[in-house]
Amino acid sequence: MSTQESIAKDGVDAETVDAVKTVGEKYKYGFATDIEMEYAPKGVNEDIVRLISSKNEEPEWMLEWRLDAFRRWEKMTEPKWAMVNYPEIDFQDIYYYARPKSMIEKPKSLDDVDPKLLETYKKLGIPLSEQAILAGVEGAGDTPVEGRKVAVDAVFDSVSVGTTFKKELAAAGVIFCSISEAIKDHPELVKKYLGTVVPPTDNYYATLNSAVFSDGSFVYIPEGVKCPMELSTYFRINAENTGQFERTLIIAEKGAQVSYLEGCTAPMRDENQLHAAVVELIIQEDADIKYSTVQNWYPGDENGVGGIYNFVTKRADCRGDRAKVMWTQVETGSAVTWKYPSCILRGDDSQGEFYSIAITNNMQQADTGTKMIHLGKRTKSRIVSKGISAGKAQNTYRGLVSIHPKAVNSRNYTQCDSLLIGDKCGAHTVPYMECRNNSSRIEHEATTSKVDDEQLFYCRQRGMGEEEAVALIVNGFAKEVLQSLPMEFAMEAQKLVAISLEGSVG
Amino acid sequence: MGEVKRENLAEALLARHSAPRSGAGWALSARRAARDRVLALGAAGRRDEYWRYTNPAALNGAEAPDVEVLQLDETPVFDGVEKLLITFVDGVYRPDLSDDLQGENLEIMTLEEALEVDIHWASDLFGVFEARGQNPVPRPFAALNTAMAGQGVVIRANGKVTKPVALRYCRENRQSDVLLHHVIRVESGAELTVLENGAGGARLNTVMEVDVADGGSFHHLRAQGRDHTRLAITHIFARLGAEARFKSFTLTVNGQLTRNEVVLDIDGDDTKASVAGACLGDGDFLHDDTIFVTHDARDCESRQVFKKVLKNGATGVFQGKILVKADAQKTDGYQISQGLLLDDDSNFLAKPELEIYADDVACSHGSTCGAVDENSLFYLMSRGVPRKQAQNMMILAFLDEAIAEIENEELAEDIRTRLSGWAERHSA
Repeated sequence: MSTQESIAKDGVDAETVDAVKTVGEKYKYGFATDIEMEYAPKGVNEDIVRLISSKNEEPEWMLEWRLDAFRRWEKMTEPKWAMVNYPEIDFQDIYYYARPKSMIEKPKSLDDVDPKLLETYKKLGIPLSEQAILAGVEGAGDTPVEGRKVAVDAVFDSVSVGTTFKKELAAAGVIFCSISEAIKDHPELVKKYLGTVVPPTDNYYATLNSAVFSDGSFVYIPEGVKCPMELSTYFRINAENTGQFERTLIIAEKGAQVSYLEGCTAPMRDENQLHAAVVELIIQEDADIKYSTVQNWYPGDENGVGGIYNFVTKRADCRGDRAKVMWTQVETGSAVTWKYPSCILRGDDSQGEFYSIAITNNMQQADTGTKMIHLGKRTKSRIVSKGISAGKAQNTYRGLVSIHPKAVNSRNYTQCDSLLIGDKCGAHTVPYMECRNNSSRIEHEATTSKVDDEQLFYCRQRGMGEEEAVALIVNGFAKEVLQSLPMEFAMEAQKLVAISLEGSVG
Repeated sequence: MGEVKRENLAEALLARHSAPRSGAGWALSARRAARDRVLALGAAGRRDEYWRYTNPAALNGAEAPDVEVLQLDETPVFDGVEKLLITFVDGVYRPDLSDDLQGENLEIMTLEEALEVDIHWASDLFGVFEARGQNPVPRPFAALNTAMAGQGVVIRANGKVTKPVALRYCRENRQSDVLLHHVIRVESGAELTVLENGAGGARLNTVMEVDVADGGSFHHLRAQGRDHTRLAITHIFARLGAEARFKSFTLTVNGQLTRNEVVLDIDGDDTKASVAGACLGDGDFLHDDTIFVTHDARDCESRQVFKKVLKNGATGVFQGKILVKADAQKTDGYQISQGLLLDDDSNFLAKPELEIYADDVACSHGSTCGAVDENSLFYLMSRGVPRKQAQNMMILAFLDEAIAEIENEELAEDIRTRLSGWAERHSA
């Protein structure tokens, strides 16, 4: 019997094994592209905020909004409650704005595009047909593209460099563009929704983001429209010493449906870089948003040098009855992760789901989880969190389930499991449960365990290497979450699981 | 709350109690250190993460509230068992209401006496465990207790102690502000059971420091008084040696505010510990169990089992934590907290935490909250059990997992009787 068959019998995809076999040694996306960049001066002050606003050619109200956030940010202090340790961040030693110089004037054809930028997208595995559009070639969006139907918006350092499939989306009435374009082209929508889910004063990083966000994605799905394709944003930090502050705003009107994917990478550098994003989802009556993230920022080397600080605020507001939101995240990168995608279940019968895999290896630290705020009647939420800790990493699940007095007959189910690989790492669980009426139910379960010796022995006996076997077992452990990812992402995520755990055994 | 204000409040906390009488050198320095701790830690504040669900204002207040003394004609809990009875009235030891302070395998004296002795084994424990328990989370009320408490008992078990030591806390004064501090050492291979019951004061603050040596066994059973508007903040700081056994169970019925903190340090291999509680609240009632179990040895087992039945606006709080240090391999940690809400006004708030640094462990926690299961009620009613009675059966069944943690069956039965009495009185 071949290795693959025996594994397939155990219910594990043979592809997983291939994936595990084919993955490279190190962080695959660690290359830096040497592109001429345009920077704003280091540091943040009102002038930088004004500069970012003017670079994006924003209207006056947007600038005021930013300045207001900035003034509030100056009075705030960094949150310290998470179980993460990192040296003090000097917020004045960061570039808040950087963009490839070639983007200042739009290139006319692929030949005019900085070849290095194209090279980057190629390395990231974005098909050539889409590269033209991503590189910002004028008119490239008009060429029909066959095959893969995923509309991509790529954010390179501070600016969005292009959105694909714009035309086809427009035919369906869907608006998918960078947020800077949306501020110009759809100010009424942005004005109506921006900051209504994550207010500019929400928390330290969100406030900073409100002041200095440079770009991000904007999605508007009109009433009754089922978005004809998956939407995707690709974030990449390339320049040195830059912070990436993107802002995503997705609005699903009554009965609308959309699935949105987000991927992130960054080059290997010795310095720590900051990423403080804000994502706001607005879900009206009967609408449905599925938001998936594969976060693979550079995690730093095995000694904890370098890596991205990922301080992200993501929140979904189920405003209408029967609104539905589903967060799925695969967190394998970043030196420090501080992220709690949340659901406000305001409409009656609305539903929130949170599926998460957080893998930390070497010196990585992750403090992540979710908040489920039940306000409407008969609201339901489900949390499945799988934390995997290896090397000297610390992995924390922190979550809140709050059922308000009026949220009668609500339901929550939470499961958070932690897996420890090695005796130098830590796995922690900090759930909060607040039940304020008696017709609702909260159920919470958590376990912590290690990779089962018997399973490992079984795989080893079948001729697998130890790392391969661990990756396989971990993929099995995280199966429930991987299954909730869209197909293409699921494959990538499985590979990532294996890569992230390299060097964790033996 | 600003830092300045918090310090002032800490000073005010110290000022509201009269300084205890002189003692031996070690006692005085322990007190002084505790005083400094109170000032350094500052008072507990509403915005402290550790006081997220319980407002410490009433405990911080200058005056103890005026609490009507509950007059009951029922026999006090644990009355049926043979015991060594020690009575405190409004926080003062009453020899006339107590048995002689002696027993087989037992060294026992009041804290007041012990603190006067120049060389006393209690000097290794008094204030020492409490100080250690201040990290990582400050417990200012415990430090206050060490600094100011003049009353309590000091018990040392040198072998198997057959008769439980029963501490009875009575009340006469409506506004008594009581501090009690007990120091207990269970020697290697010894066994001791300590019972506590009664409200003790309008505002009661207790600290119990327990050292269980290798192979020692300590059982603790407590029933907190039902006086409706009384306040209580209690602390148990325990260190457990190798192959030790520790069991603590608390029954709380009503009382306006109760905060029970338990800090367990498992220091020796192959030790088993259990902390459990059953609580029933009807009305303006807040009950908070805050548990911190640290595993610092191999092959140990710890259990936390807490059940709360709540109605008419009562609030149940559980903050439990299991910390498994890197060398505590093969730890088996279990934690369950459940709330049964009998009506829509009640609240159950839980924060069950795990912090784990060892990989070969099996730790789990569960927490649930909900109403009495309608299907089960229907089943019982279809068998001819009246609704009220069926609900009471369900309540008692719900609480039983916690009661099952009690080692002594006779004492467990006593607790069950009390619980069914409450259920009868409060079912409407």
